[in-house]
Amino acid sequence: MTAEDWVAVRLTAQLAGLTTVLLLIVGTPLAWWLSRTRSRLKPFASSVVALPLVLPPSVLGFYLLLLMGPQGPVGQLTQALGIGRLPFTFGGLVVASVLYSLPFVVQPLQLSFEAIPARALEAAATLRAAPWDSFFTVALPLARPGLLTASVLGFAHTVGEFGVVLMIGGNIPDRTRVLSVAVYEHVEAIEFADAHRLAAGMVVFAMLVLVTLYVVNRPAHEARGAAS
Amino acid sequence: MISLELALARRDFSLQATLELPPTGITALFGPSGCGKTTLLRAIAGLERACGRVAIGAQVWQDDATARFVPTHRRPLGYVIQEAALFPHLSVRANLDYGRSRSGAAARAASLDPVVELLGIGHLLARRPATLSGGERQRVAIARALATRPQLLLMDEPLAALDARRKAEVLPYIERMHTELALPVVYVSHAIEEVAQLADHLVLMDGGRVLADGPLSDMMARLAQPVALGGEAGVVLDAVVGERDAEWQLARLDVDGGGCSLWARDHGVEPGRRVRLRVLARDVSIACEPQPATSVGNQLRGCIEGIADDEHPGLALVRVRVGGAPLLARLTRRSAQALGLAAGMPVWAQVKTVALMER
Repeated sequence: MTAEDWVAVRLTAQLAGLTTVLLLIVGTPLAWWLSRTRSRLKPFASSVVALPLVLPPSVLGFYLLLLMGPQGPVGQLTQALGIGRLPFTFGGLVVASVLYSLPFVVQPLQLSFEAIPARALEAAATLRAAPWDSFFTVALPLARPGLLTASVLGFAHTVGEFGVVLMIGGNIPDRTRVLSVAVYEHVEAIEFADAHRLAAGMVVFAMLVLVTLYVVNRPAHEARGAAS
Repeated sequence: MISLELALARRDFSLQATLELPPTGITALFGPSGCGKTTLLRAIAGLERACGRVAIGAQVWQDDATARFVPTHRRPLGYVIQEAALFPHLSVRANLDYGRSRSGAAARAASLDPVVELLGIGHLLARRPATLSGGERQRVAIARALATRPQLLLMDEPLAALDARRKAEVLPYIERMHTELALPVVYVSHAIEEVAQLADHLVLMDGGRVLADGPLSDMMARLAQPVALGGEAGVVLDAVVGERDAEWQLARLDVDGGGCSLWARDHGVEPGRRVRLRVLARDVSIACEPQPATSVGNQLRGCIEGIADDEHPGLALVRVRVGGAPLLARLTRRSAQALGLAAGMPVWAQVKTVALMER
């Protein structure tokens, strides 16, 4: 692999890692709220979270470009704050990735939070645990499979994104050229051998990640069956 | 004194309860499914937001008049439900420590050993809840609640999810807890056998209302809406073993309140120990004179307190006060008429069978 390809690998890992951390920070409270709320806003909030699942990445990318561009409200805000413009920067990629991968983190988390019986949290309350306390000592540990799934899917989906990245980040080596774009570049330049190296690597990586996830998240009774 | 004044309205259900409960012993909330007993218990715990007032002695947990509502996690209570909600991700020991480490200094300083010993769970401490039987789980749940040193223990049908064998396994531990700890317990149940065995005080509920409440023996001896025990009206009495007759294998049981002693088969309970008896109305007959020649071993002088129609139109239920003990007797209305029974009349109650309930 060329030095440029290695840079793309490093950049992709950085982008996916940072995005996953941010998504867990943002997505966990959001998923918790969605799993417990009886608010009328819930269907609306759920739809917004799920939008990236159904919209073409180009649509999302287009509007993000407008929002973050020099005339967009987000763009004006970032300029006023002295951050500068986000499009075609690594920061812009992170923002876009967080939005684009949001449902992959929020939905598994929400499902595992919803699966926690109310009586477990009530038991914690009758054992003197304040709501914050029981969230960290009961809800999060019980939602562990969901947390794992959310992290892996958030990371893997960010590694795999292409359309949004191309529209927001472009193709600037060392700044926004991630793996998926690098593969595209190689194919366009008819460098099939280089494309293969990256593409096959990604297939192996995705396979490894998913197999690990399914093995770790196996229901307890299946795991016991395999061990005996 | 535990004083409750709670009201709650839902679309298809309303609860209205004003109660003063004794500060010791087990109080049973008893009634059919859907009568509101669980909702009342949850409202006491603060898990359900009802209107009104909850005070445990001098501690006010809720008082709408002063806009006071102490959240559940700041109420020094223990709560045990049907399916022990043990934390599956923690070992038994960590489950026990969960509440204790968050409770007052007294609970944190105290050793777990007495509670572990009381519930007989020493051999389970390293296990995970998933590997425990239903009865073991329930015992751990009770221990976990007790380890917080609660001032009130709330139990919501703690035995209902267990089969008869498991029930028999857990029940003695609840009785031990009852005799060894001076902890008030509010115990929700729809199983009268459990109530008759455990409770000291009984609250009858139906349709979200309190029908009546009082000491168990009085409540079981009510003529109006008698609480049927295994389909049979009968009384439950607390007594002390007075003496044991080795020759005839009998034991004399002195009923609380004095003036009433019953002979029953000796079950090997030492003199001085407390027992709970059950006397069914059908096992009690009434005579105006002492009977010199009869096989019935217990003839007690008493006084008729009231007479009521029984379920069958041919039968009457008569309440006789013998010393401190109320007894119910079931006879035909013809016999009652022939003997000329009336309230206030002195009679002899003949008790054929006295069943000892394990305590």
